[in-house]
Amino acid sequence: MIGKIAWKNTWFKPLNTLLSIILLTASVSIISILILLQKQFEEKFSSSMDNIDLVLGAKGSPLQLILSSVYQIDAPPGNISYTEAETWMNKPMVESAVPLAYGDNYLGYKIVGTNDNYTKHFGLKIQQGTLFAKDFEVIIGANIAANIDLKIGDTFFGTHGDVEEGEVHDHHAYKVVGILAPSGKVADQLILTNIASVWHMHNHEHEVHSEEVHDYSDHSHAESEEHHHEEINQHEGKEITAVLLKLRNNMAKMTWPRIIPQNTEMQAASPALEVNRLFALFGVGITALKYLAFGIMFISGISIFVALYNTLKERKYEFALLRITGASKFQLLWLVLLESVFLCVAGFILGIIFGRIGLYFLSVSSQEEFKMAFNPFEFLWREEGMLFVATLTVGIVAAIIPAIKAYSLNISKTLSNA
Amino acid sequence: MIKTQNVIFSYSAQQNFHFPDMECADGQTLLITGNSGTGKTTLLHLLGGLLQPESGEIFINNQSIQALTASKQDAFRGQSIGMILQKSFFIESLSVLDNVVLASWIAKKSKAKEKALSILDNLGLKDHVHKLPSQLSIGQQQRVNIARALINNPSVILADEPTSSLDDENALIVARLLSDLAKEYQSSLIIVTHDQRLKTLFNHQITLV
Repeated sequence: MIGKIAWKNTWFKPLNTLLSIILLTASVSIISILILLQKQFEEKFSSSMDNIDLVLGAKGSPLQLILSSVYQIDAPPGNISYTEAETWMNKPMVESAVPLAYGDNYLGYKIVGTNDNYTKHFGLKIQQGTLFAKDFEVIIGANIAANIDLKIGDTFFGTHGDVEEGEVHDHHAYKVVGILAPSGKVADQLILTNIASVWHMHNHEHEVHSEEVHDYSDHSHAESEEHHHEEINQHEGKEITAVLLKLRNNMAKMTWPRIIPQNTEMQAASPALEVNRLFALFGVGITALKYLAFGIMFISGISIFVALYNTLKERKYEFALLRITGASKFQLLWLVLLESVFLCVAGFILGIIFGRIGLYFLSVSSQEEFKMAFNPFEFLWREEGMLFVATLTVGIVAAIIPAIKAYSLNISKTLSNA
Repeated sequence: MIKTQNVIFSYSAQQNFHFPDMECADGQTLLITGNSGTGKTTLLHLLGGLLQPESGEIFINNQSIQALTASKQDAFRGQSIGMILQKSFFIESLSVLDNVVLASWIAKKSKAKEKALSILDNLGLKDHVHKLPSQLSIGQQQRVNIARALINNPSVILADEPTSSLDDENALIVARLLSDLAKEYQSSLIIVTHDQRLKTLFNHQITLV
């Protein structure tokens, strides 16, 4: 019954109540979005990073190299010579090496030339079909299959570069031969093929241009492909974008980042190091936003306090009335606390719901822009439980002074002065 | 049944009250009159356990209320005393019916909804039970107060100026209603008032000076 009075009182002054709830909702939803974003972001970054000790790539920003090669979210700093890379890939300290060659995309999904080490390295499983065996055969990530309705046997043309609107390579079609099982890693968003296909696509381009000059002579495809095969075997003058390395030797992990740029045109960057730097940068922003959200929560606490305190004067007769009908002092204390707790619980529940809705929309836009999706339905019991406790604490602290005032009300005096 | 013995109360050294002994049996009405400043409301609060006397004792059904602890007094007040105040106070957010039911819940932890409805019906408020108290007239509000005071079958009904805000006709109606209800519920009714109109109605009177 005290609960019922508290509940009814909460809605008897809807504007005060609404203000407090809106503030609480805002702060809880911001914090819950941040908690989820941070956790899922780090999870995505860490899961794609596992097993990669160093990344070999063109000189430039090491962070850019890591972002482009491991996470596929930036343009690569440049290309490296395959022969030069191979000498390092074949060193005995290397446990596994995954070469990556970028060139094209299909509807914004990157087409990555690599070899079967890629699937082994990341522990990817093929859900349907087989691994690419011949040139222009591709396997596609689970999200691509789901999002753009590509099936095994379908063919498509790649677009040059990494933007959807680029020039279309319409002379060679890629053919889907396999679909990867969902892994939660970047491979979900990738189209994988062999390196030769990527080379072909771009060499062919030059030839097409020269053919155009020759006014469409009856140049045979077979012949030109034959010609390329020879080149691939030599790998002479061929370029790739990066190599993901797993090393046997801890010394090499330490020394290669120094030795390689000194002796070659390449650099070796450590994903762990770069990602930690990135998280540290993000961390500052996320921490600032969290402070902001806790600031809003503090203000909502003040709003609850002011609302309760202001109504104390008019409500003291209500409290006196409860006392003369037999309510104890403690029940009055409880009544005031409960009203505040109701606000906090309502604000928390709404905040969690709005946070999820917000994250859903964020996820939709980040999926479009960065091919990175977030799961709004994940529930982090520990973090969000702590957020609930924090919200309740704000409510109780805000109500404690009004509650004590109600508790220590002098009924006789209140009634005499009525 | 309510009885007092040598009750003394003081707000300060200059302002102290020595109240005459009084007794009111079940079903009886005792009218306490006096001018402003003679301690009428103070006496009523003492009888209701809202104030503690400096000395002397108050017995309700032979239970000395001074012998009870603070929390026991709260419970005892809820169960044995019904108070009707000069002004009508309500939990503004609750309906008329809930305001009456609330008193039964606080005192006895059970919701006497049927009983509340029958008392309200008896007092002519049948059509207003689901309204908010603020939607009622002053006279109707006063009757809701009476219903709330009666819901727990109190041994004692304490009424503080129950008629002072009413016109002549209604004042007499309410006063008679109260004394009839006290007889019906076998409660001791104590009315504290300066309202001269009531003096003709009740024989049993004490005047404070």
